[in-house]
Amino acid sequence: MHSPVVTSTGRDLRLDLFRGLALWLIFLDHIPSNVVSWITIRNYGFSDATEIFIFISGYTAAFVYGRAMLERGFVVAGARILKRAWQIYVAHIFLFAIYLAEISYVATSFENPLYAEEMNILDFLKQPDQTIVQALLLKFKPANMDVLPLYIVLLIVFPPVLWLLQRAPTAALAASAAMYVLAWWLNINLAAYQEGVWYFNPFAWQLLFVFGAWCALGGAERLGPALRSAFTTGLALAYIAFAIVIAFTWYIPGFNRLIHLPVWFEDLIYPIDKTNLDVLRFAHFLALAAVTVRFVPQTWPALKSWVLYPAIICGQHSLEIFCLGIFLAFAGHFAMVEVSAAIWMQILISALGIIIMIGTAALIMWYKTVEGRGPTTRPKASNADLAGGEA
Amino acid sequence: MRLMAAAALAALVFADGAVAAERPRCGVPDYLLFGESPLNRVSKVVATQKQLRIAVVGTGSSALAGPDGPPSAYPARLEAVLGQRLPPVEVKVVTLLRTRLTAEDLAKGMDKLVADEKPNLVIWQTGTIDAIRRIDPDAFKGALEDGVERLNRGGADVILMNMQYSPRTETMISMTPYADVMRVVAQHFDTPLFDRLGIMRHWSETGAFDLYAAGRDNVLAHRVHDCIGRAIAALVINAGKLPAVPAAQAGR
Repeated sequence: MHSPVVTSTGRDLRLDLFRGLALWLIFLDHIPSNVVSWITIRNYGFSDATEIFIFISGYTAAFVYGRAMLERGFVVAGARILKRAWQIYVAHIFLFAIYLAEISYVATSFENPLYAEEMNILDFLKQPDQTIVQALLLKFKPANMDVLPLYIVLLIVFPPVLWLLQRAPTAALAASAAMYVLAWWLNINLAAYQEGVWYFNPFAWQLLFVFGAWCALGGAERLGPALRSAFTTGLALAYIAFAIVIAFTWYIPGFNRLIHLPVWFEDLIYPIDKTNLDVLRFAHFLALAAVTVRFVPQTWPALKSWVLYPAIICGQHSLEIFCLGIFLAFAGHFAMVEVSAAIWMQILISALGIIIMIGTAALIMWYKTVEGRGPTTRPKASNADLAGGEA
Repeated sequence: MRLMAAAALAALVFADGAVAAERPRCGVPDYLLFGESPLNRVSKVVATQKQLRIAVVGTGSSALAGPDGPPSAYPARLEAVLGQRLPPVEVKVVTLLRTRLTAEDLAKGMDKLVADEKPNLVIWQTGTIDAIRRIDPDAFKGALEDGVERLNRGGADVILMNMQYSPRTETMISMTPYADVMRVVAQHFDTPLFDRLGIMRHWSETGAFDLYAAGRDNVLAHRVHDCIGRAIAALVINAGKLPAVPAAQAGR
């Protein structure tokens, strides 16, 4: 099993770079009413940073644990994957505690009669016995806290998936695609508390994760020539342009009157379903990925420059930085509410948040180095550090 | 905040896009308020019978608490403004408050509502409870379609009204998927959408109102509801192509 996009040092910095950038974008998107979030990709097409994050997570998971599975066997690799899932679970519960703190504060401080109805969001505080247990079971998930539970579920089932991917990659990918189709067809999703379903349907989103894993285990090599062909690039660029035009009809008033999408066409494409990873979203991610692979070679010198270094180190510690980003988005929103929501404040909060993310990533790296766990001291480490923040 | 950039762009593209609502304080750009969906039954009943019966069906955010709440809430304001702007028409607005109910719960009651109240127009305010409870957006969509169908079958035009813009709870309640669904359903049925979320966000961004305020400020709530009432009145007049007195002359 050899992956062409992995250098001799074992590390494709593009993965770290784009995962780092995705983490920044997720942070910016999670601060509501933030003018800086205008720069994020969700405003220029169908997919957003979540797709990038999940795909790269699948890729790195397969890369790291795939090697472990070959060297140490199914049981050891499986145990490592489950340990990783446990770490993410703990991180999720930590974020939930922060959410509880924020919402409890709001409950006691916010009395605007205009928003009496919105205060129903606090109802769950009345039955902590129910909600806390449901949160521990990952069934109760507050807004903006849906990605980690998805990730946990994907990792829990990953050992057998990885096993199959190593033996019959095409069959595994086909099974994943079949599951995606079934999820759409039969409306399969996990139940949420108190009602409804998971915001990120694991039965649909697994396709992106498995596809990432498949690419890591040689799929990218097989796709390589087709992926880099002029035809694919042209098609991808055309689709990206199409998505930009559609996205502009959402935000630029009158633009849709200018373009005038026919009603049947609107009925066809809307709503673009994030929960079930709409085909339009998946295709948009594929187009972005194809263009990226085409124009950003792995040997791109900038990958080693100081300019991209901050994003790369964030991508290398993705779990920590992801959680930090969610926390910072809460804190940033809190600052906007309590201090000022002016535009300068939004820019300040966005910039500060990213600086804190970079500083923390550097700190974590330093810790690992002094403890002798860093990639520099153990280049052959088959454990998680290698693939950037583990998986 | 995207709406702010959108508004800036709109100002460039539609430099003539005059303010629709009445007072400068609660001005709403045309693109946020007006669409192309008609209110044919409203047009007809106003032209032929000189009367208009409107039912507002909604949850908590369609009402204000306290003794001076009901006359200050937007349904009462809508009735007052329409009365001023449509002098020969007898306008009646009834409010059917269904607190804490989801769109699905509300949709089931639509047949009875049409039979009991015989409205020409139903303003269906919904989405907040669904967003709070994180109802499956697909189920939400189905409920909306069911409700609008029942209302249309019963002979009423419909305006869908989405959630309030509530900046303090924005990280806790994810409104966007539900607002998107409401836009899709409105488009599908060619029925107007009153984008309360976008309009209130516009007011917040332009500084018309400080919606971040935390205190027990009844004045703010009353003023916001007054402005919402005026804006809906403008939408009803525009979509129903009603022969109205211009807002400036009708104002008190």
